[in-house]
Amino acid sequence: MYVKQISVFIENTPGRLADFTKVLEDAGIDLVSLSIADTTNFGILRGIVADPEKARETLAQHGYTVKVTDVLAVCVPDRPGGLAGILEKLAEKNIALEYLYSFVRKAGDHALIIVRVDQPEEAVRVLTDAGIKLLSQDEVRAL
Amino acid sequence: MEHMIWNPTMECMPRDQLRALQDDRLKDVVRRVYESVPFYRDKMQKLGLTPKDIHGVADIELLPFTEKQDLRDHYPYGMFAVPQSEIVRIHASSGTTGKPTVVGYTSGDIDRWAEMMARSMYCANIGKNDIVQVAYGYGLFTGGLGAHYGAERVGASVIPISGGNTTRQLMLIQDFGSTALCCTPSYALNLAEALQAEGITETKLKSGIFGAEPWTEAMREKIEEMLHIDAINIYGLSEVMGPGVSVECMCKQGMHIWEDHFLPEIIGENKESLPFGERGDLAFTTLTKHGMPLLRYRTHDLCTLTDEPCACGRTHVRMGRVMGRTDDMLIIRGVNVFPSQVEHALLQVEGIVPQYQIVVERQGTLDTMEVQVELSPEFMSDTVRDMEALERRIVNSIAAHALVHATVKLCQPGAIPRSEGKAKRVIDKRML
Repeated sequence: MYVKQISVFIENTPGRLADFTKVLEDAGIDLVSLSIADTTNFGILRGIVADPEKARETLAQHGYTVKVTDVLAVCVPDRPGGLAGILEKLAEKNIALEYLYSFVRKAGDHALIIVRVDQPEEAVRVLTDAGIKLLSQDEVRAL
Repeated sequence: MEHMIWNPTMECMPRDQLRALQDDRLKDVVRRVYESVPFYRDKMQKLGLTPKDIHGVADIELLPFTEKQDLRDHYPYGMFAVPQSEIVRIHASSGTTGKPTVVGYTSGDIDRWAEMMARSMYCANIGKNDIVQVAYGYGLFTGGLGAHYGAERVGASVIPISGGNTTRQLMLIQDFGSTALCCTPSYALNLAEALQAEGITETKLKSGIFGAEPWTEAMREKIEEMLHIDAINIYGLSEVMGPGVSVECMCKQGMHIWEDHFLPEIIGENKESLPFGERGDLAFTTLTKHGMPLLRYRTHDLCTLTDEPCACGRTHVRMGRVMGRTDDMLIIRGVNVFPSQVEHALLQVEGIVPQYQIVVERQGTLDTMEVQVELSPEFMSDTVRDMEALERRIVNSIAAHALVHATVKLCQPGAIPRSEGKAKRVIDKRML
């Protein structure tokens, strides 16, 4: 029950991100979620798109370095403590978060977060057992 | 001006006598390498030469050249002309790819080196009444120990502080009353600025011997003005000996090459030996070295020679400032760096050589080297941690293979400009 995320290397110079978004626009690719991890010299842009494979190919053709990674798309009750309940479950099993960011869109009355963990299989089991919904690639596409 | 001269007999020898001495010593070194170094024997045999064919300096062009690559091919001890039991010291400089260039010295070689460095100290008016702060690196690099032995030989008090640790350098300059400084010119400028920043205007410094990297007259003026010293240019390379192959006298009009020990030549584009005054690639034949004698070693430093009499009274020829390189070697903070070393370092990390570019700048007084590396898809990661680890691995690999600290900047593929498909490997923004 994973969702494919694209990660793109973006140099930390003015205009780079604008160039990147223009490529997506020209190819009709919609970013449904986005986060950027930045360092002094570069950023890693992470995003969820409807068709990751098409996005990867398009971006590679335009000279971008892209990696596709499996991440979890987790439905979070949209109320105080909603996220805490989920993170506690992972922490109990000693599953480490690599990073986490939230979705732009909602799934019904739930907020959505993208989570990357060090033990994905274990995380899926723990969260599913706890009754927490994870979205599939098809469900993300349908959002 | 009163010129201090350590060994007037040799340093002021009339040129015809000096030439006769070189004739004898050249015949001797040719005989020694022919007998003891298979590399030279093979080369001479291929040229149909025996030591008997060399009657003196006039026959120099008959002899084969030696390139840095030859030293690499015979790593580590293949160029030594004496058994290991005769070798008392080993130094090394960074080689062109990975492996260092190794040199060995007999006790006689060390003694002659100290003598030449003693001459060099006197050239800079440094004698037994001086306190010499040696801020060249000690270790495999020849700078520290070379200066150390010379300063001891003239009877100076030597402070072997080695390179780096500017705060400590400043403390010793003040507390120990150092009167002379030996280091790279860029580090001298760095120390001068640090002193200024601390508001220290009075020191006992009066002389400095600076070398191991190219510098300019403008830098000399600045160092002299800021430190109130005479800044003397020294030249050397470990393959030939180390610092003290040549040095300026107080006239500051070119560096005297100790011709009783080295036979210099300027080599032209067609590998011909050029007359004095013409610009070309400097080559040395070591006349008195026993551990690792070299015939016509190509330094790939571009310069000119002159045998015009010098006001100091020394008769030995003078070489002008090094005007550039005839190969792609860079000198970064005194360390010789070849792009091929960086390439090798990248190969070690990535398994292939990615597109890269070396950007050298002088920030303030110190050289910086940035290696821009285009990111290969297989090294792309979604986590910052992995990417920073990759940068660190590249930094460490360059430090291990080129012995220099570089900053590494990962770039998007295609970011490094290419002309006709081939990337320009080195951008040197220093104004030298």
